[in-house]
Amino acid sequence: MDQIILQILNGLDKGSAYALIALGLTLIFGTLGVVNFAHGALFMLGAFCTVTLSRLLGISRTVIDETRTDFLGNPLKVEIPYLYDWFGEATGAAIIDWAVPLSIIFAIPIMISIGVIMERGLIKHFYNRPHADQILVTFGLAIVLQEIIKYYFGANQIPAPAPEAFTGSFDFGAAFGAKAGAIIYPYWRIVYFCFAMILIGAVFAFLRFTTFGMVVRAGMADRETVGLLGINIDRRFTIMFGIAAAVAGLAGVMYTPINSPNYHMGMDFLVISFVVVVVGGMGSLPGAVLAGFVLGILESFASMREVIEFLPGINQVVIYLAAIIILLTRPRGLMGRKGVMED
Amino acid sequence: MFGLDKKDARLLLIVAVMVALAPIILNPFPEDSAMAQFNAGYPDLMQRFVIFGIFAIGFNILFGLTGYLSFGHAAFLGAGSYAGMWMMKLLSINVIPAIILSTVVAGVIALAIGWISLRRSGIYFSILTLAFAQMAFALAASVLTPITGGETGLQTNLNDPRIFPEFLGGGSSVDGNIPKPSLFGIEMSSSFKVPVGGWEWTFNWGYYLCGVMMLVAFYIAIRIFRSPFGLMLKAVKSNQHRMSYTGLNTRPYMLTCFVISGMYAGLAGGLMAAMDPQVGAERMQWTASGEVVLMTILGGIGTLIGPVLGAGLIKYFENIFSKINSSLLHEWFAFLPDGLENFIVAIIYPFIGKGWHLTLGLMFMAVIIFLPGGLVELGKRLSKRFGKKNQDAAGDTKPAE
Repeated sequence: MDQIILQILNGLDKGSAYALIALGLTLIFGTLGVVNFAHGALFMLGAFCTVTLSRLLGISRTVIDETRTDFLGNPLKVEIPYLYDWFGEATGAAIIDWAVPLSIIFAIPIMISIGVIMERGLIKHFYNRPHADQILVTFGLAIVLQEIIKYYFGANQIPAPAPEAFTGSFDFGAAFGAKAGAIIYPYWRIVYFCFAMILIGAVFAFLRFTTFGMVVRAGMADRETVGLLGINIDRRFTIMFGIAAAVAGLAGVMYTPINSPNYHMGMDFLVISFVVVVVGGMGSLPGAVLAGFVLGILESFASMREVIEFLPGINQVVIYLAAIIILLTRPRGLMGRKGVMED
Repeated sequence: MFGLDKKDARLLLIVAVMVALAPIILNPFPEDSAMAQFNAGYPDLMQRFVIFGIFAIGFNILFGLTGYLSFGHAAFLGAGSYAGMWMMKLLSINVIPAIILSTVVAGVIALAIGWISLRRSGIYFSILTLAFAQMAFALAASVLTPITGGETGLQTNLNDPRIFPEFLGGGSSVDGNIPKPSLFGIEMSSSFKVPVGGWEWTFNWGYYLCGVMMLVAFYIAIRIFRSPFGLMLKAVKSNQHRMSYTGLNTRPYMLTCFVISGMYAGLAGGLMAAMDPQVGAERMQWTASGEVVLMTILGGIGTLIGPVLGAGLIKYFENIFSKINSSLLHEWFAFLPDGLENFIVAIIYPFIGKGWHLTLGLMFMAVIIFLPGGLVELGKRLSKRFGKKNQDAAGDTKPAE
């Protein structure tokens, strides 16, 4: 029992990442009808927003401390971040410590503008081209974005730790009366899951309860008619692209403490999130979220020791296997709409 | 000639001459000149040109003719390589059985994957092939370790149990060296060098084996493109629904096409193993599938010569362009005033050397946006603009294969 709960919990954080990326992909596909292979790169850019911010916050001046010496006997050089000067040592240290959550604020405008620029500058010209062309051009864009990041940040993983308050693990076992230490779960993963739920909820609420969202949903159902009613649907769809980019970016921002970002993390996630989207059903937002969590949990169940002993290697392939089975038995995916990408 | 019309026969002939003379054409700069590093006429690279040419030709038969975008072709390449390696480990070091088995094995795997994947079309087909290839990669790297060698990969060893060590003059391990893949006694890695003036041309046996294979593959591709079968595939691309309405079952045609395409990839994989007897699982990774997509698109999808050009271009970039480093750049621009020199180097540097992927990505995007027909369309447009004069120039771009 403990094992099962533990695996479900383990699946949730990966599942949240899958769900968030797949949600953004589906938003773009549902509104603009574009298959965006650069979405993984947007996830990666979000993660590197965090890296950039924590580097910006860490900019410091060098002071020579005469009272201490280094091992050669020279006066010790001490790096003092400018934040210490401005806010005092305690506040400055706290700000640097909280770089990852702060990056959310930093990343939203950046990611939205990247998304809007991408849509206006490139994707716009591909509405009337075949899906294969859209896949290929966004694939090229993903390579370019990836290489730019690689040039500026190098090829190695760059750690971006969670705030001090969230390091360590939460003992579910002790909290809920079970054996202490049986179910241990890092705090940050709980944070990530809650964050993902809030973000997903926010996107759904935005689409559901605002006039803007209503127009967008109408446009997803029948773009032409909405246009004929005198609504500038293109501009709204552009903004939706920006929002989708921001969702992917925020997923990346919060993922940095779980997995230190490097330039090809986007590609690693992209393949799986496409599988997620297809399993969930092209163009279905709840489907994408559901499939994200289901596949995430499935993956963590498959990596249980008992399962691997029974079926060696299953943990590596379970997602793809599930995708193949679902695509063959339910051709539209779990919650796919009729008539989307049927040809 | 060979049942080809005049135009195709001429194309085949040009390609054949290019392949035969590649060691000379690809070494346009004298050995000791500063430009010598742009020479691509060394055996390793030339082998890669033609092998990836075969791979891309095969991919183009599927994608170019039917419009089905497979993101999992690397699985066949890898499977072919493994099969070829085992043949060389167990049977004989002669490359012929290795190449035959690798093609057959890739064909069988393609039959299985295609039988399932071709139930769906469009993006679903892409995802299905991608899923299969990723599964193959993950399994090859982990569970199938007894067959694939896992992360370390497969190599030929001294104590491999070759049943026919002397099969048709194949190398044996009596002298205590690991035998090298050979063709009836001729080692694939052996070559003879011809110094002419400042130049040095290397004629390599392995390269010529691959070259002949590529010509055969190219010839078969031409025949497929011109056959009623190829016409049927083109009809599937233009409108599959209409094809079904005429009462025709397109599945067998699609499956045949997929299997042929997979066998091409297997042949390429087998040749790779024969030229350089080691295989790792990374050959199956989806980035390798992406690479062949890039090659085909860059060269010109749906054209005969395009994929070969694309393969040559990408491999040239990967091996030659990527070697340019910043000190070399400084050398080139040394004639400029210092500030300007540094400025220009700083601008160019991200695009070359280790950053060649960036150039590749930009080039790829530019081709998709402006030149959906790839290099071939570029050549056509140029020759249209400059009239007859450009016939030679179009020929000049071909040595890249």
